[in-house]
Amino acid sequence: MRAGTVQDTIAAIATPPGEGAIGIVRMSGPGAVAIAERVVQSTRRLSQVPSHSLVHGKVVDEGGRVLDEALVAVMRAPRTYTGEDVVEIHCHGSPVVLQQVLARLLQEGARPAEPGEFTKRAFLNGKLDLAQAEAVIDLVRAKSPKGAQIAAMQLEGRLSARVSAQREEILDLLAHLQAVIDYPEEGLVDVDPGEMKRRLERLVDEIDQLLAGADAGRIYRDGIRLAIVGRPNVGKSSLLNALLGEERAIVTPIAGTTRDVIEERALLGGIPFTLADTAGVRATDDPVEAIGVERTRQAVAGADLVLIVLDGSEALAPEDLEVAELVRQAGAGARVLVAVNKCDLPRVLEQAAVERLAGPWPVVWVSAVTGEGLARLEETAAAQVLGQGGAPSAILVTRARHRGALAAARRALEDAGETIARGLPLDLVSVDLQEALEALGQVTGESVSEEVVARIFAQFCVGK
Amino acid sequence: MSERFDVIVVGAGHAGAEAALAAARLGMRTLALTLSLRGVASMPCNPSIGGPAKGQLVREIDALGGEMALNIDATCMQLRTLNTSKGPAVQTLRAQADRFAYSERMRRVLERQPRLELRQGTVSELLVERGRVLGVATKEGQRYFAPAVILTTGTYMNARVHIGEVNFESGPRGEKTTNRLSASLRDHGFELVRFKTGTPARVRRDSIAYEKLEPLAGDPDPEGFSFMTGKIRRPQALCWITYTNSRTHEIIHANMHRAAMYSGAITGPGPRYCPSIEAKLKMFPDKERHQVFIEPEGWDSEEMYLAGVSTSLPREVQDQFLRTIPGLENVEILRYGYAIEYDALVPTQIDASLMTKSVVGLFTAGQVNGTTGYEEAAAQGIVAGINAARFVRGEEPLILDRSQAYIGVLIDDLVTKGTNEPYRMLTSRAEYRLLLRHDNADKRLTPIGRQIGLVTDERYRVFEERWSAVEAVRERLGASRVGCTEAVQEVLRRLGTQPLRPGQALTLAELLKRPEITWAKLVEVDPGLADVDEAISRQVEIEVKYEGYIAKQEEQVERFRRLEAKAIPDGLDYFAIPGLSREACEKLSMIRPRSIGQAARISGVSPADISVLLVYLHARGGRPQAKAVATRG
Repeated sequence: MRAGTVQDTIAAIATPPGEGAIGIVRMSGPGAVAIAERVVQSTRRLSQVPSHSLVHGKVVDEGGRVLDEALVAVMRAPRTYTGEDVVEIHCHGSPVVLQQVLARLLQEGARPAEPGEFTKRAFLNGKLDLAQAEAVIDLVRAKSPKGAQIAAMQLEGRLSARVSAQREEILDLLAHLQAVIDYPEEGLVDVDPGEMKRRLERLVDEIDQLLAGADAGRIYRDGIRLAIVGRPNVGKSSLLNALLGEERAIVTPIAGTTRDVIEERALLGGIPFTLADTAGVRATDDPVEAIGVERTRQAVAGADLVLIVLDGSEALAPEDLEVAELVRQAGAGARVLVAVNKCDLPRVLEQAAVERLAGPWPVVWVSAVTGEGLARLEETAAAQVLGQGGAPSAILVTRARHRGALAAARRALEDAGETIARGLPLDLVSVDLQEALEALGQVTGESVSEEVVARIFAQFCVGK
Repeated sequence: MSERFDVIVVGAGHAGAEAALAAARLGMRTLALTLSLRGVASMPCNPSIGGPAKGQLVREIDALGGEMALNIDATCMQLRTLNTSKGPAVQTLRAQADRFAYSERMRRVLERQPRLELRQGTVSELLVERGRVLGVATKEGQRYFAPAVILTTGTYMNARVHIGEVNFESGPRGEKTTNRLSASLRDHGFELVRFKTGTPARVRRDSIAYEKLEPLAGDPDPEGFSFMTGKIRRPQALCWITYTNSRTHEIIHANMHRAAMYSGAITGPGPRYCPSIEAKLKMFPDKERHQVFIEPEGWDSEEMYLAGVSTSLPREVQDQFLRTIPGLENVEILRYGYAIEYDALVPTQIDASLMTKSVVGLFTAGQVNGTTGYEEAAAQGIVAGINAARFVRGEEPLILDRSQAYIGVLIDDLVTKGTNEPYRMLTSRAEYRLLLRHDNADKRLTPIGRQIGLVTDERYRVFEERWSAVEAVRERLGASRVGCTEAVQEVLRRLGTQPLRPGQALTLAELLKRPEITWAKLVEVDPGLADVDEAISRQVEIEVKYEGYIAKQEEQVERFRRLEAKAIPDGLDYFAIPGLSREACEKLSMIRPRSIGQAARISGVSPADISVLLVYLHARGGRPQAKAVATRG
């Protein structure tokens, strides 16, 4: 990385691609206003207008030809999103016009922004904390509407707020511990180990809740890994294609034509899925070999959700039971869903047989050909994975870094509880509490010891 | 008239005494100038040394080869171990001093120290030329010259005493004050702040009704502060405890507006850490009573100190409210409590070696740097003395970091964060306090003191013997196992601890790790350990029992060191670094941190600023050749 990069002025089209009512081209950097002035004709000079004003003008090319009429927002450092001078040119939405305006800015000395670079500058200029900056990047990259919702919530600092509240609680505990230690002769009420242990346990519970959300958070960002399994020719690939809405996998009525695991991404029930079609396997007399034991086992092991496909136009085959058994063994952590395909054909498979095979797993009858039941299948799949955590109000941890920090904090808090349980001197607890604070501080980005000191004197009456 | 020295120390309080001794012991021809020869290492406030964090500081000064611990061990009237049940890291000693004997002994030590001259004189001016200190001039007309000058003026710069509505120019205890020095420092561009502190009344010993008080005795068989002292076997004095009550509080509330702190007469902030009784009532209106410790000031003194009721109320109000306190109904006040305001330097003007950034060769230590407390002062004093000597010799300064010593925490806090109130050391300020125990101060610092040249052969021998004995016992505990025999099971059951499983064998160290197994109980398991000296066994017990926690803290220190090790080059132009916030540029330019770690501790420097700085330094570091050329050029 070059040290001088932050001095550049960057520019990019800020609105999503496609035709909209208004398109925005945004610039950030010390040259933003000067560049805009060279590009926009207006009755007011942009370099003279006060910060945060909106100026009407015409964007012209180097020959003075008008490209578009525009409203120009001039915002000067430091009270801007990036903390630098920012100019936004609001044009009419045509992608062609936007491209032309951007090209003009680049011509006058701006540099095309890299993905996420506005946010990076905002972070480097101290306008966003780490969690917020990461949330913006997630927002930019969100693959689904729900993903965008979570990113927006994190941007508002809900994760930071919750973690801050936990740090507050730990600081309180530390303050009490240390007040008693620093002022042993002031007659302060000693820390009650039982009470402290209870408070630690509550904190661990709260972190567990956040960590439970972490799974859902990852799912929103990276997609649910759905493995589609079943014996040959039950219609796995056609079901995959039906879900994708296009003909991606090679589908033939001959069993075993899917040569490899096919992975595709699709939005099901508002949630991004990664669909993995475990290859069909050549027909053989050996049922175990026929279902491709090893491949199926691998697919199931890496999945969040397993979709077992049965053929409704045939009776249950021994291989179907083998597949179910395999899923039961290999996919201990994964959730399972059963789809009975080909319900457009005369039904042969008995409901009772399906239920015996499925046990607690939900069953959906579908037809990959007619599309019948597909909507229910999507909903059931989404519900299966999200469980109760899918409520949009939940705080979800979407970053591996946050997840790691929360897990470290949880370990430290448990250690603290263990220290109390073993009847060791309470000062030792502070080693673990310190560790927990540091870990949680990695989510919010704060320092430690000063806060404890300040708190001691706010809460305890001490002194010579 | 003029004279030349290597090091001049201005002031001979707790900071000045340590500074002068350290410099002289390191071979410097040293001059210590004091306002009064009677005022060496005086204790104008609490006649006590030690307590949480402060006791650790005293041990650290001792481990480096300082004097404070030896001095208090020789002159204390009572010794107590505090926080015995709170954990090994926070256990500490507190001593009641015979403050007259303390001051006398320290004066003798200074007088007898070769190469050290103790003289009376009032320094009125700092002699500086082209940003370099030359020496000092006194009010009496002398000029003394030296390449290094250490200012330890305590609370005596431009001091003003307040008792209720009355106030007058005076040092503590009615002593002289030095006004012109403040002006001289301002002339040289230093920024000063006004701080205040206070003290309670001293009362006549015979006017107290002791039968109404709770006595507080010292430890039965106390150990001294110094690693050289061992057990102290002298008779100890009693202290006494009593409490304020609602009557006391009514009187104080009724007169609150007359206290100097609240009448507007004093503007400087006072220490939250030792608030006046007025401040305590304001801050904690619900507390029904406040504790008062009654402490003797000396074996041969009529004065008793009333800890806990520091005040700047008018004299008659002091008489009135004290007489509502049980035991003090007929008390006679010998000296009234007062608040004192004084000038201090904004400590961010000094660097971690305690040398000022703008005047080369000028060091400052003690309350003049914005701290409160004798121990904090002495800790800075020894560092300033060491670094003045090293500066004169052209050597690198001694800088202790936050994981090495409370002294390191203290100085780092001062020079990195500054302080807007008198700074007191607290255990809670030390992130790694499990490593900064008072029992291992010698292990942490005596080798460093030895290398510097302050640790005598005798002290070093004691140190080596002690730790090799500890190591030997640790090895023995790690090597000897107890098996699952009937005899062993019987003992374990009797000691109230889990017996062994069949076939299980544990080392004695593993057994000692059990919370319920003390050393005494371990001796019952293996009577062969009875011959281990108590001082050694106590050390082993701490090291073995808390090994896991100590290891955890060491990991935290590792993480801390990674950022401390990222050095920031001298003279970096922060304003030329793109992306740094303006506040960060200003703060970083003022503090001039040595490392990224230190930079991150500056208030107003955000994690984002640190990322920018890291990116910038990384980019610079990526072109080492350019740097080398620049250095040569």
